[in-house]
Amino acid sequence: MPILSLTIFLPVLGALAIMAMPSTWDRAIKRTALLTAFCSLALSLYQFLIFNPSLPGYQLEERYKWLPQLGVSLHLGVDGISSPMVLLTGIVIFSAVLISWKTSYRAKDYFILLFFLVAGVYGTFESLDLFFFFFFYELAVIPMYPLIGIWGSSSDFGNFARTKEYGALKLTIYLVAGSVPVWLALLAMYVQSGTGSFDILILQEVSFPTEFQNFFFPLILIGFGVLAGLWPFHTWSPDGHVAAPTAVSMLHAGVLMKLGAYGIIRVGILLLPQGAVTWMPLLIVLATVNVIYGAISALGQKDLKYVIGYSSVSHMGYVLMGMATLLPIGLSAAVLQMFSHGIMTALFFAAVGVIYDQAHTREIAVFGGLARRMGVVAAFFAVAGLTSLGLPGFSGFVAEFLIFVATFEKYPVFGVLGVIGAAITAVYILRLIATVFFGPLNERWSQMQDAPLIQGIGMAILVFTLLFIGLYPSPVMAVINSGVAPLILRIGLAAGAG
Amino acid sequence: MINLSLITPELFLAISAFVVLVGDLFLPRESKRALAAITALVLVLAVVISVSGSDIQGFLYNGMVIVDDYTTFFRILFPLMSLSVVLMSVDFVHQRLRYPGEYYSLILFATLAMIGMAEAGEIITAYISLELLNFCLYVLVSYARDNPKSNEAGLKYIILSAFASALLLYGFSFLYGIAGTTSYVGIAQALETLITTNGLSGGLVMALVLITAGLGFKVAAVPFHMWTPDVYEGAPIPVTALISVASKAAGFALLLRFFSGALAPVAAEWGIVVAVIAVVSMTIGNLVAIQQHNMMRLLAYSSISQVGYLLIGLVALNSFTASAVLLHVAGYGASNLVAFMCATAYFNLTGKDEISDYAGLAERAPFLALSMTIALFSLAGLPFFAGFVTKFYLFTAAANSGLLWLVAIAVTNSLISLYYYIQVVRQMYISQPQDMSRLPMPALTVGTLIVLLAAVILIGVYPAPVVTAVEGAVRVLGLS
Repeated sequence: MPILSLTIFLPVLGALAIMAMPSTWDRAIKRTALLTAFCSLALSLYQFLIFNPSLPGYQLEERYKWLPQLGVSLHLGVDGISSPMVLLTGIVIFSAVLISWKTSYRAKDYFILLFFLVAGVYGTFESLDLFFFFFFYELAVIPMYPLIGIWGSSSDFGNFARTKEYGALKLTIYLVAGSVPVWLALLAMYVQSGTGSFDILILQEVSFPTEFQNFFFPLILIGFGVLAGLWPFHTWSPDGHVAAPTAVSMLHAGVLMKLGAYGIIRVGILLLPQGAVTWMPLLIVLATVNVIYGAISALGQKDLKYVIGYSSVSHMGYVLMGMATLLPIGLSAAVLQMFSHGIMTALFFAAVGVIYDQAHTREIAVFGGLARRMGVVAAFFAVAGLTSLGLPGFSGFVAEFLIFVATFEKYPVFGVLGVIGAAITAVYILRLIATVFFGPLNERWSQMQDAPLIQGIGMAILVFTLLFIGLYPSPVMAVINSGVAPLILRIGLAAGAG
Repeated sequence: MINLSLITPELFLAISAFVVLVGDLFLPRESKRALAAITALVLVLAVVISVSGSDIQGFLYNGMVIVDDYTTFFRILFPLMSLSVVLMSVDFVHQRLRYPGEYYSLILFATLAMIGMAEAGEIITAYISLELLNFCLYVLVSYARDNPKSNEAGLKYIILSAFASALLLYGFSFLYGIAGTTSYVGIAQALETLITTNGLSGGLVMALVLITAGLGFKVAAVPFHMWTPDVYEGAPIPVTALISVASKAAGFALLLRFFSGALAPVAAEWGIVVAVIAVVSMTIGNLVAIQQHNMMRLLAYSSISQVGYLLIGLVALNSFTASAVLLHVAGYGASNLVAFMCATAYFNLTGKDEISDYAGLAERAPFLALSMTIALFSLAGLPFFAGFVTKFYLFTAAANSGLLWLVAIAVTNSLISLYYYIQVVRQMYISQPQDMSRLPMPALTVGTLIVLLAAVILIGVYPAPVVTAVEGAVRVLGLS
């Protein structure tokens, strides 16, 4: 069974089926959406379960001729790094569809765009051909604009106002701008290799000259870094995430930002290891700024969603930190952090979404004592918060702990700064939970109700995943390690040669 | 022995154009729409004749006309483009223009002229074909007689175009003076010996400069683009589509054969000039497009920037870049035709063509808004649509020829263009309409749009057949 191409075409098929329905068939549209998302989840889980970490190379490979004249084929496959990312996508989209169950305004168009987005995400994670990698990457960006522009929400705090159009445009332009240097680097590799092929497996056999690697690695780092929220190119991320509707924030912060980090690994570190060795000292600085700056910014926010937005910037900093060490545990932990943060931030946005649906405001100061009215949401939010600040028992702990270990080994000073970032995280998360969910109940919110069952299920899946990974990380880590090992080998060779 | 069967499609088009012209006299006023049907049928038949006779190849009149795979490619492409223009003209002409007979027959003559530009094997034939096209367009641009903007556009176009034609002819005469022959092959041989013995002479430089200016005007490259926005805005919208898509493609058909045939020995000399023109065309086109409030002017500047991308393919001319140019011509043509089809349909329904008038179109005519969005996203080069593949192919070809710096500028420009295309999408999908009434879509418009969209998406997701066709067409140019 061509599992990987199914994961890409199933969402497209779902979108087409929904397209064929009249917009008045609200229930049918949502059921189709749920079915599509469920099948996506099932396929994603299946490919993860049958992934065998003891085998070398890529698995579940598929290759179809597409444009031989240009050396392009639809070549799909997963390794220990992309397999967990595919699973992450499946979990988040299923949860996101459950969370969007109450969408009533132009629900048809909404789900169509959502599934095209998901198809793009799956495609990027699974492509082993740079053309399709880029194709799907851009495909994932296009639907963001209408999704945020039409279904998003604006924020207005007097002296600080951001319309949803602003957030949508900023996000789109930034992400496409990020693809400019990436595109150039891809073409340069194609030409330099002289293989006439965009296939990653063929290109990774080529050893590019050191100057070439040193010149083009930063283009890839910055290009994908934009999507990964790398400071100072992160500013689209809080604005975009806040403006987006709940499910899109979940997908975007949860999955799309991981595409950026994944791109740095798959295209940057894998194909240009020498360039990575040269430039990683810069990345550790930028990543540390990400961690500290994101955390401090989160401290000062008045809008619930902006706190989560900046916390994403901060947490993506940990991913980049782990990556910058180029050590086996550092890279593995970075990938685990990508997974863990993806689930955690989706849970955050889902919980905030449920609150916003009823309160129609996200201003932190006006809330208080919500836990009395919405106990489940409060509990779920607390789980996300505890994961975020790295409490043992949750997945965030494993990932962040290993990242700190790796950073202390390679860059001790930055390791200390990273820990300080974690401490600031604890401050803003605990303060947020205390202000919003505890204390005296504001009378204005006495009518608030807990999350409806369907949204509760959506969040429960995320909570379960966080706990599962936190308590029993070894199977996931085994898969990730199997993907990181060949990278480490290449980095070692490159460092030896340099 | 003159083998006239070589030019069957051209003869058929010429005769049919006269038939339409004369038929108009006999048709009663209320059944003039039949002319559109006849014209469309003629164009379909022209494609059929070209395809079925694709193996009849050779030279005619001592190589004045060359019939090969390259010619066949354009004999199929141009009638298809004209066919789309005719289909978008039906309601427009019926509602807003008088004298449909001449209108449709001029489109057929223009198609004939464009094929002539592609198959010309020497400079006089090329020039005469170009002039035939220009004369058809002069009349068509000013066809809306009662509309002052159309008159203004026609006047501007005729004066500037005549000037450009004069420059081109002057350049050609220099070339003839140097080479002593008008045929592309002869010129190439003469230049070859001239370059190796004397190097670049003053007369040759004059010839190159004048020819670049003349042809630059035809394809609307900066700095010869000044006429474009006014003519696009003033001309009847389907005529604008003809200029923007078909006439521009014809310009490139001529350029490719002429540059690869006659000017190959001086490739290095004009390469850098074309590179500069490409850079300023895309940059100025894109930056000025941001400022536009009128849909036609936006598309005008967007087309200028697209010419910039296309010219990249001419900078280092080889079979890879030449295929890329043809591929992008086809992809750009299909996407732009969708955009013009939508603009025409919207104008027919509302009489408006400002970008702000498109507010809330997604609520009023969802299919129209979706089609326009696809067209604009394709022009911006986003995936799933033709523009992504054709641009990727073009930029890969250019990078492969050592022009990565030019590609860097082009890719950055591509990003700028996304900004203004998205502004139109924002109007259609996010802004609220003043008038909430649904717009009824004519079946013909919907049908044409579906076919064109299918082309845009097909090139976008499965370009292999088109790429094969394009590579076959380019092979006969004898490029490395």
